[in-house]
Amino acid sequence: MQGEKCIWSVGIGMKKKISAEIAEKRELAPDICSMVLKTELAEDAHPGQFIGVYPGDGSRLLMRPISICDADREKGIIRIVFRAGGNGTKDIASFSEGDRIDILGILGNGYDTAAAAAKKVILLGGGIGIPPMLYAAKELKKAGADCVAVLGYADNKLFLKDDFAAVCETLTATMDGSAGVKGNVLDAVRAHGVEGDIIYSCGPMPMLRAVKQYAAEKKMECFISLEERMACGVGACLGCVVKTKEKDHHTHVNNTRICVEGPVFAAESVNI
Amino acid sequence: MNTAVDIAGVVLKNPVMTASGTFGSGMEFSDMVDLNRLGAVVTKGVANVPWEGNPTPRVTEVASGMLNAIGLQNPGVDVFMERDLPFLEKYDTKVIVNVCGHTVEEYTETVMKLNDSSADMYEINVSCPNVKQGALAFGQDPKILEETVRAVKDAAKKPVIIKLSPNVTSISDMAAAAEAGGADAISLINTLIGMKIDINRRSFVLANKTGGLSGPAVKPVAVRMVYDAAHAVKIPVIGMGGIASAEDALEFILAGARAVSVGTMNFSEPLTTIKVIEGIEAYMERYGVEDVNELVGAVG
Ligand SMILES: Cc1cc2nc3c(=O)[nH]c(=O)nc-3n(C[C@H](O)[C@H](O)[C@H](O)COP(=O)(O)OP(=O)(O)OC[C@H]3O[C@@H](n4cnc5c(N)ncnc54)[C@H](O)[C@@H]3O)c2cc1C
Ligand SMILES: Cc1cc2nc3c(=O)[nH]c(=O)nc-3n(C[C@H](O)[C@H](O)[C@H](O)COP(=O)(O)O)c2cc1C
Ligand code: FES
Repeated sequence: MQGEKCIWSVGIGMKKKISAEIAEKRELAPDICSMVLKTELAEDAHPGQFIGVYPGDGSRLLMRPISICDADREKGIIRIVFRAGGNGTKDIASFSEGDRIDILGILGNGYDTAAAAAKKVILLGGGIGIPPMLYAAKELKKAGADCVAVLGYADNKLFLKDDFAAVCETLTATMDGSAGVKGNVLDAVRAHGVEGDIIYSCGPMPMLRAVKQYAAEKKMECFISLEERMACGVGACLGCVVKTKEKDHHTHVNNTRICVEGPVFAAESVNI
Repeated sequence: MNTAVDIAGVVLKNPVMTASGTFGSGMEFSDMVDLNRLGAVVTKGVANVPWEGNPTPRVTEVASGMLNAIGLQNPGVDVFMERDLPFLEKYDTKVIVNVCGHTVEEYTETVMKLNDSSADMYEINVSCPNVKQGALAFGQDPKILEETVRAVKDAAKKPVIIKLSPNVTSISDMAAAAEAGGADAISLINTLIGMKIDINRRSFVLANKTGGLSGPAVKPVAVRMVYDAAHAVKIPVIGMGGIASAEDALEFILAGARAVSVGTMNFSEPLTTIKVIEGIEAYMERYGVEDVNELVGAVG
């Protein structure tokens, strides 16, 4: 990536830590929490970007990176959907409507939805990688792109599925076969003969590896959103790197920062 | 009211700086923090050539702290001088360049390259627990430390701060060895070696297995070590380890630190440095302290 900076350059707004009001909170499925936050950060929010959410308990020092699931720039709201899995996310999920939480944002690069305008985009979301695909679908549609969402779940708790269905064609896969195609997102893609020009994908690492390989075989453009443990979220600590094919323009080694240069990468540019 | 402090002839407008590795080159936090207000910016460790660092996961959270095993990833001193120093030159703050190396020659090569740059001081990291090839040895054996300091001092045209490891039996001996080698100042503490195990996966959380513990969890240990070190040497001591507030910073100052660094808490609250600066001023006003230097080592 030396030279040609892998940022398709969205959201280079100022980063800040601010407190945001929880305007709405709902449990979409067991331990899957949806929150709508009232915040000026919405102005700069692009699909694929994320915010850092701080647990209320000050002994948990680090923000939890959570993707922007949806945003409305005019209304100044950002929606996040996350799994209350570990102690920090459980703490965050314990806040109520009307409470204020501290967030850091807007972080990361995001998907270049404008560049996909005239194309057909396949959105592949697996598990807790599903939420960011919703905002991507909405912005792609606005940009004039044609898109289809293929969502992979563990079981028939199909959180966000209706939100997607209101925006674009939506297919599902479940690992236990209780809804949609039995198997993962690629099983659903194959079963339905889904075709397109570009893939946007977010999900667990084994899924992303399979998607990267699938796209390479089909010679499709493919962008994936990566996760890594983060401390600063702003590129300072070098905690969140991923190995890259080429030397990175910033670090000058084959490592790039997921929190700044990512989390969205052209699949072939990263060694996952 | 005077908040300025003198470290080896370099005058900082206030005693508050950033801790190496937690603030990048300053650029990364400059949206949120006015660098002009800081006593100094201490930059991420830099070596003679680029370092890849460790595999991931590199960081994780623990109670009131975190573990890191970045492995001193850095772009090398040439890129640092071309890109990061010119950025920092635009600000009215002192620039302390943290230097890492595997060998004495690597330290001296980096220092010599920086000699004609705009850097105000060097901070030599002889204590990073996350690199394999023995950098820790410099920081753990008083004799080797003294020789290393002497070699760096011979090469350096700017004041040298030696950053001590807390992973030693006697911090006083290490502080004295740094002074004997000619150090202009010492800073401490670097991180304490720790480990976290994922009981569900039955594996280490960090790819490096161990990582350096930092954040409020280490503060009492750090205050004690700063106190011991300050009593073992005459050169200035820079204290750090878990500083989250002006109260924390004042503990270090009263224990003997002439300046302090804020590290991990920059991640929790990017404005921690500014809050510490304002809080120290408020404390001075409250107690009618005319000069912050009166507080240095006032306890003990
Ligand atoms: C860019 C990005 C976007 C994300 N978007 C979402 C989302 O929209 N919805 C969602 O549910 N999850 C998302 N995640 C994953 C989410 O950040 C983790 O599940 C969460 O940080 C775990 O915290 P915890 O308090 O539950 O666990 P703890 O065990 O308390 O976490 C301990 C530490 O490890 C870190 N950590 C643990 N697991 C992960 C992980 N998988 N990824 C990154 N850090 C981790 C935590 O942040 C914390 O610092 C995203 C991660 C990244 C990097
Ligand atoms: C992510 C991270 C990276 C660090 N990198 C360096 C480094 O490059 N050089 C160094 O001398 N110390 C490094 N340190 C140590 C800090 O500068 C500091 O000594 C230590 O973290 C204690 O202070 P704190 O508790 O305020 O963080 C690092 C610490 C952290 C958390
Ligand atoms: S989280 Fe600190 S560099 Fe990405």
